[in-house]
Amino acid sequence: MSAQSVNTTTAGRVRAMPADLQGDLSNRARVERAMQSFALEYGSLTAFRLESCIHCGICADACHYYIATEDPQYTPILKVEPFKQAYKRESGPYAVFFKLFGLKRRVSADELENWQHLLYDSCNMCGRCSLICPMGINISELIEQTRHAMFDAGLAPAELYAKAKHQQHSGQPEASKEPYRDMLLAIGRQYKVEIPMDKDQAEVMLCVPRTDIEHYPKSVAALARVMQHLGVSCTFRSDGLVAENYGYYAGGREWQRKISMRLINEALACHAKTLIVPECGHAYTALRWEAAELYGKPLPFRVRHVTEYLAGQLQTGRLKLRKAGNGAVTFHDPCQLVRKGGVMDAPRQLMQALGLDLHELENNKAFSFCCGGGGGVLDIQRAAPLRYRAMESKLREVDDSGAQTFLTSCSDCRATFDDAKAHFNWEQTPHSLLELVADNLG
Amino acid sequence: MELLEFARGPALKVALVVFCFGVLWRLVGTVLLRYHRHLSEPRDGYFKAFMLGLLVGGSRSWPHKQYIKRTGYGEALGYAYHIGLFIVILFFAPHVLFIKSLFGVSWPTLPSGIVTIIAVLTFTLLLAVLFRRLAHRVLRRLSNFDDYFSWFVTTLVIVTGLMATAHFGARYETLLAWHILSFDLLLIWYPFGKLMHAFYIFPSRIINGYFLARKGAPS
Repeated sequence: MSAQSVNTTTAGRVRAMPADLQGDLSNRARVERAMQSFALEYGSLTAFRLESCIHCGICADACHYYIATEDPQYTPILKVEPFKQAYKRESGPYAVFFKLFGLKRRVSADELENWQHLLYDSCNMCGRCSLICPMGINISELIEQTRHAMFDAGLAPAELYAKAKHQQHSGQPEASKEPYRDMLLAIGRQYKVEIPMDKDQAEVMLCVPRTDIEHYPKSVAALARVMQHLGVSCTFRSDGLVAENYGYYAGGREWQRKISMRLINEALACHAKTLIVPECGHAYTALRWEAAELYGKPLPFRVRHVTEYLAGQLQTGRLKLRKAGNGAVTFHDPCQLVRKGGVMDAPRQLMQALGLDLHELENNKAFSFCCGGGGGVLDIQRAAPLRYRAMESKLREVDDSGAQTFLTSCSDCRATFDDAKAHFNWEQTPHSLLELVADNLG
Repeated sequence: MELLEFARGPALKVALVVFCFGVLWRLVGTVLLRYHRHLSEPRDGYFKAFMLGLLVGGSRSWPHKQYIKRTGYGEALGYAYHIGLFIVILFFAPHVLFIKSLFGVSWPTLPSGIVTIIAVLTFTLLLAVLFRRLAHRVLRRLSNFDDYFSWFVTTLVIVTGLMATAHFGARYETLLAWHILSFDLLLIWYPFGKLMHAFYIFPSRIINGYFLARKGAPS
């Protein structure tokens, strides 16, 4: 089901975009649900962020959607405008004043529908805007909160909604020919590596991106091979295999919690001390930084990205690596790992141990541009043309680096670059850092 | 009652009361909302995150070099008129006398000729700021009543101040009354609009800095 409408808001005209709708709600009910949901997340932090904006517009200059299109509707803070408007009108300190003088209009259902394009199709939740804001507003967190409200109002993109729904129910974002457990074991046979599965007790619990299961099986084998090389007691668990969390993408808090709880429960069941997040950026955010909040208490185990874990093993001397070649390499920093997760040095420590000649991209580490696929955008089909425009500068940066090998440590980023390779006939091929580590174990 | 008496008497008192209670109400209304506990394991402990957060309170005043090519002009403009306003407000002898009459404290001042030149420059910069807001596609899209009215009340104080200094357009007492009334208007509007950013800027940066530092993420 889709709707198309045009309306004017206090923030200006927003281009009409088709919106996906879930449920059979009246417009009024949809708006009420969105506002109630947003109100649930109001807290001092959110209020500070909403109150602080001075409309300086600088955030636009950090966003690759704006930089690529020069279209002001892609200004990051504008993407939360209906909610800023609703907060000021309904529950800010001067709500009465704003209502009395009509300074903030009531948010309409049409407005929310039109904002779906801005909140989902044209935002990777990459957080680059949050580093530029002179007021220090974390805009990407506001976007995440508004996605929650959109989801609760039945206004999530169809692809993200369907995958989140499937995953919260079955553990997999979509149906597969065989259960992922069997596919994993088959990968082990194919690459001649033991896949530890369903052990009752293990020091480390592993999980995998379903992108790797379906598109990059060598990465799955690489994870198992490296762990086997380290001699660490580890296991995958059939009921908690998938690292991704489509509830996070779609904005469904309860579904995000259910999906995270599968992994938490499995880690508890095998008494794991560490849960290793594979090469998947948003899984890291969902598990490392958000799972405890949804669990309601601190997690009784550590959550580490695989590059963090391996860099730690390098430091203790348990992991030794061979030199991996002489050519120049470049590295794409996944936003969720670096800018939103703090995993910046670990991949570089591994690359150094591999003796790689790293040519940094023009915008690297915290200032790296998103691949364009983050925030679930890769899954939203209608967003593809805009995504290709936004990622062109990133592809140029990779070309300009002069590197022969292009590495990253997130399978969704890798899939996005592979998609761009096909679309643009791009010459570079994204490779997994983990695979390179597994190929060069000392 | 003469207009000047009204401006610096009851009007100023009302404006100061609205300003003080208004600012307090808005800050309290923001601070006293619920606070969600963050339960994930911090990367390097809470103390380091807090110290780094404090640092961001200052460091965010200067843009990261990766952005400056795109944002340099707007930020330079912003800095320039803010500095101009500070100098005019804090170093013009009549202003310091006025502050002394209210709070009993004073400090050295700048010659009025220099302050007048700075005020003219500041006014010019404020015109440039308005022009930019109207001409820049992002700013035009974002702007609302608050943006324009806050600009108006700020500029009005500068314009009436310059008129009073130049004795231009009316009797000095009348011009001074307009100047003080425009300042009263600014004080009354202050708690309701974006001028409040002066109170929000440092807490907001520190909070954001703390939460990024808690993750070990760059800030």
